[in-house]
Amino acid sequence: MKARVTVTLKSGILDPQGKAIEGALKSLGVDGVASVRQGKVFDIEMAGADKAKAEAALKAAADKLLANTVIENYRVELL
Amino acid sequence: MKSAVLVFPGINRERDMARALRLASGKDAAMVWHAETSLPEGTDLVVVPGGFSYGDYLRCGAIAARAPVMDAVRDFAAKGGLVLGVCNGFQILCESGLLPGVLMRNARLKFVCRDVHMRVERSDTPFTRGYNAGQVIRVPVAHGEGNYEADDETLKRLEGEGRVLYRYCSPEGVVDEASNVNGAANSIAGIVNERGNVLGMMPHPENHVEEIMGCTDGRGLFAGLAQHLEKAA
Repeated sequence: MKARVTVTLKSGILDPQGKAIEGALKSLGVDGVASVRQGKVFDIEMAGADKAKAEAALKAAADKLLANTVIENYRVELL
Repeated sequence: MKSAVLVFPGINRERDMARALRLASGKDAAMVWHAETSLPEGTDLVVVPGGFSYGDYLRCGAIAARAPVMDAVRDFAAKGGLVLGVCNGFQILCESGLLPGVLMRNARLKFVCRDVHMRVERSDTPFTRGYNAGQVIRVPVAHGEGNYEADDETLKRLEGEGRVLYRYCSPEGVVDEASNVNGAANSIAGIVNERGNVLGMMPHPENHVEEIMGCTDGRGLFAGLAQHLEKAA
């Protein structure tokens, strides 16, 4: 079973990397970029076929390690 | 003083730290590998040194904070044992939940490696008793992620409870934007936990302890710890 955990910065948290990328996109002349926030994507292959179990395990993974919930939100998707 | 210095893959300041501890206490620190599940018998100070544990993968300190030895450190801290985290060690302590908040990318996006000045905010703690309150000390920093941030409620508590022990300042002791090397909230350089037995700080006092280093302002921290622990023993 393929899964994806997406970790993003909470709103209001300063994201200097996103800001730098935003600046670079603007200087490249990419049209219409208002703002950029950088995040992380984890593609995870889960053993077994129990979706509920996999989802619970991935939430635990995100809470324990993948995200720092002080500053980040996460989303778990089973693909 | 019986200190234990934690060693994680990618840490590179553990020897400087051990040297500073030896200088202050006359005793060798135990070097404790991250895979250990306990601390040496009689340990009264745990030090998490600086460096780049696990190559800063995921987030600075995130992987090290989940290493087996950290459970032993959590138990040790829960019993009131003294824990000092410097630089990457501070990041590890925040990631492990022993200290609140998080160390973000430096506000000016650059790795900063130079001497800074810090004001010692109070002298009545094991981590600052080697100094006078208000004293300004010069110590080096070397980090890309040292911008301390926490939610407003946490910052209010840290300030209200006097848990900011070290603050970036000018050589004259003035806390201002120009001297805030990484953009940290309230120019915070070092904080303690609620109980006051766990300190995390970004600057490296261990690199200013001998004449040959050009400055000995970092000595006070280690001398204070040694004094405190000898009195307690």
